[in-house]
Amino acid sequence: MNDTRSPLQTIAIYLGALLILVWSGGPFIWQFSTSFQLDKALTSGSPSLIPAPFTLEHYYNAFIEKQLHRYVWNSLVVSLATTFLCLFVGSLAAFALSRLNVKGRFGILMVILSVSMFPQIALVGPLYLVATNLGLLDTYTALIITYLALGLPLVTWVLFGYFETLPREIDEAARMDGVSVPGLLWHIILPMSLPSLVTTGLLAFITAWNEFLFALAFTSNIDRQTIPVGIANFTNLYYVPWGDIAAASAVVTVPLIVLVLFFQRHIIEGLTQGGIKE
Amino acid sequence: MTAAATVSGIGRPRLGKALPSALWALLLLTPAFVSLASVSFYPIINGLYLSLTNTSLITQENEFSGFANYVQLWGDAQFWNAWWHTMWFTAASTILETVIGLGMALILCEAFKGRGLVRAAMLVPWAMPTVVTSKMFGWLFDGQNGIINYILLHAGLIDQKVNWYGSPDTAMTTIIIADVWKTTPFMALLLLTGLQTVPNSLIEAARMDGAKGWITFWYIRLPLLMPTLLIAGLFRALDAFRVFDLVYVLTGGGPADSTETLSTLSYKVLFSTLQFGYGSAVSTAMFVTEGIIALAFCLYLIRQIRRAQ
Repeated sequence: MNDTRSPLQTIAIYLGALLILVWSGGPFIWQFSTSFQLDKALTSGSPSLIPAPFTLEHYYNAFIEKQLHRYVWNSLVVSLATTFLCLFVGSLAAFALSRLNVKGRFGILMVILSVSMFPQIALVGPLYLVATNLGLLDTYTALIITYLALGLPLVTWVLFGYFETLPREIDEAARMDGVSVPGLLWHIILPMSLPSLVTTGLLAFITAWNEFLFALAFTSNIDRQTIPVGIANFTNLYYVPWGDIAAASAVVTVPLIVLVLFFQRHIIEGLTQGGIKE
Repeated sequence: MTAAATVSGIGRPRLGKALPSALWALLLLTPAFVSLASVSFYPIINGLYLSLTNTSLITQENEFSGFANYVQLWGDAQFWNAWWHTMWFTAASTILETVIGLGMALILCEAFKGRGLVRAAMLVPWAMPTVVTSKMFGWLFDGQNGIINYILLHAGLIDQKVNWYGSPDTAMTTIIIADVWKTTPFMALLLLTGLQTVPNSLIEAARMDGAKGWITFWYIRLPLLMPTLLIAGLFRALDAFRVFDLVYVLTGGGPADSTETLSTLSYKVLFSTLQFGYGSAVSTAMFVTEGIIALAFCLYLIRQIRRAQ
């Protein structure tokens, strides 16, 4: 289509693309730059994108004073456990729905998808009471169990979509060879689905890593609080420590961005298939 | 059918103790079912019950009180205040995100150098934790040293610093801007995949006939994109309706309740006043409102699809 474009249109397209780039990357680049600037420079009234002088003071504050690494550890434990559980439970369900003779499987899929639309605030009260009664407040368990259910609809939906693309002849051949049902899933379907498992795993991880509401309600001290709760509570007595917040933001967001950029093609495909099924 | 039956018939003797496929299906679906039933369905039903009681963790009461909570809710100015804010936030952010997202998608649809980079950058706002987004906008829109005030001031667009989220007049707008920033690029990527299914031959044919760019957009691309647009809009609206993190972290519902939404109000009633009965009534009312939005959207969608046929 390139040859049919007038120079004016080409300029408009590049300008639009530049705008999108600034829109998407600009705010975080500023946040990143902020994390290396002295408070004095930040409040001077003439902001500069290049940190001068360059400082690691905010990173020091975030880790030493605010103990950021403990929140990171809690988030890692909870998010990794959630990811593996989601993949395990989700692949069992998606496999059954895609490969075994389940009546009303589209009905079941629709119910699973609609669950993800429930307002989470309607779940948090009753779940808090259950967690209190079972002595699960301030535990990783309460968060992991909750996040499993939050991530499950998307994971199941995306994996189901992927399994559907695998040819059925494989199943029949496997059955001829006397492979059992779990064998079919474990030795044949799952190894073939590795790219999809990585993407869905990443989606489940991001869901758990970013979740705030339940973590806020279920945890009350730094031994179990996750990063979002930690950062939300990043305040000093007399002023807002924007530099420290920026440093913490960079620490928790940069690894995520690297992962996402690395797997971007798969993520877009996976999510499109989960979000909009035509 | 018969072939499949024979196949499993052959397979079976070798795994004498194997379960029939229907039992396997049940077994494999059980973990997912238990998880969703206990963490999603049970709380909804329990919340419905709690909303009919005077449960409070302070007074330790939990007696059935009929519709008392809902009667109180009906006359509660704070509830209606939050209800309107939520509706406004949902409508404004969904419309802005869909329209701007469509614009972005149309640009990405064209071939240009660095398209991969732009597409990758667009995932950044989506991947960032909402709490971080919230804090980031707190810094960008800071009334004293925020870069937005600095830029607008130097561009001559405002003549004095605006106290963005510190003033009741502009706080909700700031939150909508933050939400639009975070969600629009992702919306654009969804719409882009929809646009790419529109056959190029159709557009080429229209161009051959001398149709201008906007005519091909209006009469070919947009109608074909409509189902994707509506479904993406529905999912976005349902998600926007639940907004919590952004508001709770940036303004906490203030100043002067000007950004209070149903989720933040519900959270405060539940966890600050510990009135679980009344708090559940608020969240149930929210669930009902969300259900009505979804239903209205679906009916509209079905009508649109019927008309198209």
